[in-house]
Amino acid sequence: MEPIMAVAIGTLYAAAIFMILRRSIVKLVIGLILLSNAANLLIFTSAGMTRGAPPLIPEGLSAPVGAVADPLPQAVVLTAIVIAFGVLAFAVVLIRRAYEIVKADDLDKMKETDT
Amino acid sequence: MQLAVLSGFVLAAFAPLLHRWFGGRTSLVLAVFPAALALWFLGQVPAVMDGEVLTLALEWVPSLGMSLTFVIDGLSLLFALLITVIGTFVLIYAGGYLKGHPDLVRFHIVILAFMVSMLGLVLADGLLTMFVFWELTSITSYLLIGFNHADLEARKSARQGLFVTVAGGLALMAGLVMLGIAGGSWSLSELNAMGDVLREHDLYAPLLICLLLGAFTKSAQFPFHFWLPNAMAAPTPVSAYLHSATMVKAGIYLLARLHPGLGGTEMWIGILSVVGALTMFTGAFLAIRHTNIKKLLAYSTVMALGTLTMLLGIGTEGALIAFATFLLAHSLYKGALFMVAGILDHETGTKDVTAMGGLRPLMPVTALVALIAALSLAGVPPLFGFIAKELMFESVLEAGRFRALILLLAFSAAFLTIAVAAIVGLRPFFGERRQTPRVAHEAPASMLIGPAVLAILSLLLGLTPMLAGTGLLTAAASAVIGEPVQVSLSLWHGINLPLLMSLASLGLGYALFRRWDLVRGRLARLDPLMARGPEAGYEAFMHGVTVVSDWQTRILQNGYMRNYIMVMVLTLIGLVGNSLLLRHAPAIAFHVDVRFHEVVVVGMLVMGALFATVTRSRLSAVVSVGIMGFSIALTFILFSAPDLGITQLLVETLTVILLVLVLFRLPRFASLSTPVERIRDIIVAGSAGVLITLLVLTAWGIDQFVPISGYMIDNSVPLAHGRNIVNVILVDYRALDTLGEIFVLALAAIGVIAMLKLRAGDKAAKKATPEKEPYDG
Repeated sequence: MEPIMAVAIGTLYAAAIFMILRRSIVKLVIGLILLSNAANLLIFTSAGMTRGAPPLIPEGLSAPVGAVADPLPQAVVLTAIVIAFGVLAFAVVLIRRAYEIVKADDLDKMKETDT
Repeated sequence: MQLAVLSGFVLAAFAPLLHRWFGGRTSLVLAVFPAALALWFLGQVPAVMDGEVLTLALEWVPSLGMSLTFVIDGLSLLFALLITVIGTFVLIYAGGYLKGHPDLVRFHIVILAFMVSMLGLVLADGLLTMFVFWELTSITSYLLIGFNHADLEARKSARQGLFVTVAGGLALMAGLVMLGIAGGSWSLSELNAMGDVLREHDLYAPLLICLLLGAFTKSAQFPFHFWLPNAMAAPTPVSAYLHSATMVKAGIYLLARLHPGLGGTEMWIGILSVVGALTMFTGAFLAIRHTNIKKLLAYSTVMALGTLTMLLGIGTEGALIAFATFLLAHSLYKGALFMVAGILDHETGTKDVTAMGGLRPLMPVTALVALIAALSLAGVPPLFGFIAKELMFESVLEAGRFRALILLLAFSAAFLTIAVAAIVGLRPFFGERRQTPRVAHEAPASMLIGPAVLAILSLLLGLTPMLAGTGLLTAAASAVIGEPVQVSLSLWHGINLPLLMSLASLGLGYALFRRWDLVRGRLARLDPLMARGPEAGYEAFMHGVTVVSDWQTRILQNGYMRNYIMVMVLTLIGLVGNSLLLRHAPAIAFHVDVRFHEVVVVGMLVMGALFATVTRSRLSAVVSVGIMGFSIALTFILFSAPDLGITQLLVETLTVILLVLVLFRLPRFASLSTPVERIRDIIVAGSAGVLITLLVLTAWGIDQFVPISGYMIDNSVPLAHGRNIVNVILVDYRALDTLGEIFVLALAAIGVIAMLKLRAGDKAAKKATPEKEPYDG
């Protein structure tokens, strides 16, 4: 499974970078979403991918039965997903606000510090 | 003792408070600090005279080899006494000179800070500690030169002084680091004890050149001499203190301090004696072109600094004794003369010596002080300056290399200096009475005491040379030489070559003084040539720096975000790609174990991402991003991460709602780039994607460390009492991270609310002036 995931992550990164390089600010937002998802997947797969063995401990036992998926990347990604959403919300509102003031959706027209 | 010295910084901080209490008398109150230190240092004189070296150890940053250890030997004691004694008088003097000045508080703060820095510089034993104090003196000097900051010239001169000395400071730092590496020690006293190792070391030449650059810029040696006369834009007490008696001698101090460890080589002798002699002549020659009394004195200081460097370069025992003597003599008479110049400026309203004349009856005490100090500068017996000059001529005569050149330059400088002494000491006070902008009268006592004491010392030490000779100067010269010597100074050396040279230079100098106006007129013809001097080089360099930074800012900081991102991505591809492809063979495992439904999910994920990039409709972009997000959630669930799947599902839903709500208030997708740009971006993004794929594939094969998650799995129930290990990690093992995450989210939420509120405010304001908002939905 990992090689396929590697290709998928690479594609996500490529798509994200392509979108961030656009001049339209709306496309920039899409690029941000793609980028954070790509990073999350990258971290998630870094410890290998395990099927059907969630890191849970059954009732009455003090350790999981058999090997389970590595819980650490999962915890890190969980944090990352939420943070990425916070950043996205902030960026979207910021871009909306910038558009209101500059009245241009072209990033090249936002290069002056005074409007 | 360290604390006593450093408490000066605290005192500087309290200066504003003292001003509130003592008003105009603050200068006197503050002068108690250097006076007390001076007394303490005087108390050390007997011990140091007996050849003792006091080491006051104090660690600062032991791990970096930085200590606050102070070492008091003859050299540092001589400097410390100069700094504290002259400092005391300068503070008293400044109280009169800057009386009623609105920024007197600022002056006190900075000059105290300078005093402490300078003391630290001469007392510190650690290389790096000394460097810190060195830079502090540069900064305080900058603040003092630019004291009258409303004046354009003062600001310009302050910047020039700072740039020159700080550029030298950079070289000095490199030199000190190399010195530390070469000697394996960061202590000056230890380094001086291993001179043979240092002189043979491979790093000797580069480290010496760096150290010399630092010392030469600080001590205004040719071709860096130009900043010092410009520094005369500072108030006169500053000129008297920093720019003649103390700070400009820091470079000289460094050279003298390192002489036992580094001196005596061909390179040392050659560079120091020639540069010193050139500086000596340049200073004396440029001095007589000026009529501004402070510039005259400043150039004669350049001459003195050159003399000191030259004597260090010659390096014989006699030369080093002459060095210590000249150092003391110069500080005494030049400090006095600068303060006299300040009195003249203060009382007559002009700095131009040609505009003054016949002032003696109006200000008899000043005239007497000026005369004594000027005679010492000229080297007329029985003043201390005479002894110093005799010794200087003697050592020049015994110079090994470049003797003819040095001798010629030294003699010319001597008679030019005598002319300068006459111009400063005689011209304003004798001859025909001239009208000055202000009606002159005698200066207040606070301004007279400093120059008077210094002038009397010049006379006293000249009459009883043994007092200084057997005392401090023996110890100072011994410290420079590195082994004990006996100094016996005397006024009368018999009729010998130095005496004849003195007499000849006196005659020539006086003749030059008589014809000064004529000579100056002739020399004015050289002005176009002078305009091409080192200062023009400095100006050209500074202009070049501005041009280059302007050019590179235009290129790098061009304001186009995609260019920045492009640079970052390309750098990433370059660096990571380089080490991945060249250092590790990228491992590509084709062991693929997949199931059909997984491929479908991942395929949807990839298709969603790709479709979002090509679609021209915002709605389909949002939908395809949503499909990608939900596919990722499915992937998480399929691969043993139910918590992630749930979170992703929630967040993805929120994202889609957010995008639908906000994005549709934004314009439609515009097609702004040309096909060529698009192809370029596809290539860049594509290479980044391929690189990441290779990186991920390679990274799986590498296990650098044992995973730490084993501990977390084993202890989840026993220690943290939780069965969902991911949750336990978040709220227990990495609870602080989660707290940080909560803060980030709260901040983002506050930001969002603030921006939305701002918008509402705008709308309320717009109601007054109705204007149709472009709405696009």
